[in-house]
Amino acid sequence: MHIFRDPRTILILLLMPAIQIILFGFALSNEVKNIDIAIYDQSHDVASRMVIRKIGESPYFNLVASIDNMNDANKLLQSGKAKVVVIFESNLYNKILHEGRGDVQVITDGTDPNTSNAVTRYVQVIIAEAQQGLTNNYMPVNAELSMLYNPQMKSSYSFVPGVMGMILMLICAMMTSISIVREKEVGTMEVLLVSPMKPIYIILSKAVPYFTLSLVNLTTVLLLSVFLLDVPISGSLFWLIIVSVIFILVALSIGLLISTLVDTQVAAMLISGLVFMMPVMLLSGMIFPVENMPFILRAIAQFIPAKWYILAVKKLMIQGLPVKYVLTEVSVLVGMAVVFTTISLKKFRIRLA
Amino acid sequence: MESIIVKDVTKRYGSVQALRGVSFSAHKGEMFGLIGPDGSGKTSLFRIMTTLLLADSGSVTVDGFDVRKDYKRIRERVGYMPGRFSLYQDLSVEENLNFFATLFKTTVEENYPLVKDIYSQIEPFKKRKARDLSGGMKQKLALSCALIHKPSVLFLDEPTTGVDPVSRKEFWGMLGRLKEQGITIIVSTPYMDEAKLCDRIALINEGTFMKIDTPAGITSSLEKKIMSVKGDDMYPILKALRELPIVDMAFGFGDMHHITLRDFSTTTDAVVKMMGNIGFTNLEVREIDANIEDCYMILSKMKSEN
Repeated sequence: MHIFRDPRTILILLLMPAIQIILFGFALSNEVKNIDIAIYDQSHDVASRMVIRKIGESPYFNLVASIDNMNDANKLLQSGKAKVVVIFESNLYNKILHEGRGDVQVITDGTDPNTSNAVTRYVQVIIAEAQQGLTNNYMPVNAELSMLYNPQMKSSYSFVPGVMGMILMLICAMMTSISIVREKEVGTMEVLLVSPMKPIYIILSKAVPYFTLSLVNLTTVLLLSVFLLDVPISGSLFWLIIVSVIFILVALSIGLLISTLVDTQVAAMLISGLVFMMPVMLLSGMIFPVENMPFILRAIAQFIPAKWYILAVKKLMIQGLPVKYVLTEVSVLVGMAVVFTTISLKKFRIRLA
Repeated sequence: MESIIVKDVTKRYGSVQALRGVSFSAHKGEMFGLIGPDGSGKTSLFRIMTTLLLADSGSVTVDGFDVRKDYKRIRERVGYMPGRFSLYQDLSVEENLNFFATLFKTTVEENYPLVKDIYSQIEPFKKRKARDLSGGMKQKLALSCALIHKPSVLFLDEPTTGVDPVSRKEFWGMLGRLKEQGITIIVSTPYMDEAKLCDRIALINEGTFMKIDTPAGITSSLEKKIMSVKGDDMYPILKALRELPIVDMAFGFGDMHHITLRDFSTTTDAVVKMMGNIGFTNLEVREIDANIEDCYMILSKMKSEN
């Protein structure tokens, strides 16, 4: 009941997830649309025309020029009139038919690696589609696995689980620790301790409001992502919620742990912010894929609860896998919750020092 | 019956020795005062008695319960008002009281008679947030909250610090009435004038008790003649007084100086004369009875000289 005394905080806590979801969903998206593309077709046969037609139809590309020499290609890229140039080698169709392979060169503006990455993948997909249409059999194409569950390469698909992990972590860990530490700082902890109230109840009464709040936020995030960002919940909603609740418990216990270790609100904020939030954002796979990290960082990432949570959410929500595929993640999270809770209960002092 | 027994308690924080072996006991219904300046160890002792801290050595029992083993029982029966205002600033007066009643598994109605005297004074402001109360009202609210579960022992750590003189007086009046109901009260204060309102006091200095006695006992046990000196140019006078061979000690006391004399036979005239010899005229010198502050100053000076 106490947290409602501070309407500003409560408003921030409730609005934050919505704002973050919208922010990550739209503004910070990796998606690239309306890319200016130029075509240098040396082949002019069925294959190249098919690809060009598909590129023209695609909402991601905006065909700005057809050129016939490399100089023009360079000029277009340098002036920024085209972000990407696709070059088809001559006799493409023949080569595909007889040699089983054909070369299509994609030149992109590398100053913006995110965009060029995405562009390259789009072109690859289009070419692959065209290839299938042409030959009616599967050619060895460089297909991206992630396309399976996210054919449009929507960035919200990968951000939603990340934002969920981050928000729940932030609210539970940071706010719980701050609210307990505030009691210490203001001096009310002194009076609370000199009362028949068991310390465990003091902790519980601090954790319960934020637990409730997190559930509200979880609902907000899910509703927003389904209805606003069109991210489907492909798997079981029930298990998604169960996993989230487990993750919330982990975050709460981390908050408790922090609160038993520090004595000031600022310290609590710094610890939860720096020690927990930053790695969560950077190492959880939300922004950068964990697999690409050096070994030591990958090892550290294994200890970050959000990493497991995000993995589980991706599997359950985006891929729609049944619950047995997330058993590892779930058991790791449960284990973490148990460990953190035990430590913080052990560390919670029945006295001041 | 002894409500509180403190025996040889020591406490050290790192390199700071906060308590150097203090002992005292207070019987039921007694008002016991801990008198000493900031940093003398009062708050540490309070926290040890209220089970918030563990002493490094020594033992403490409250109502017969050991602070180490039976802390749960003690927490049920004591009321504690920390030196710092420790209520919820963002809750109203009424909500704070209800909260503490719930915390101690009781209701405001059940023990209303006990707090009525105090609470009725802040009741007109019961919808106000605690942070908007004046210093005196905050303390009254804190006292109400500490009393709401009808404790048998009340610990008040500097309850009147930062409170205006009128409210301080009222506050002590309330404590007197609580004492009559058989509640043992342990109170600390840096104000020496409040000390004489206690049944017995302990003068605490740098973690040791210099003396434990009734206020009257403490002042009468001081076998010194004390005079007050008042003049135009106070600081040079103090320095001159300290140089006089007949003066044992001289210290500032409000708008005058108090001096203790080495010899009982010294008269005020003698002091005036000696000061006149070194150029201080127009002095007002009077023989006075020692008050608690004099005793405190003298005892701590004697202690540091030893």
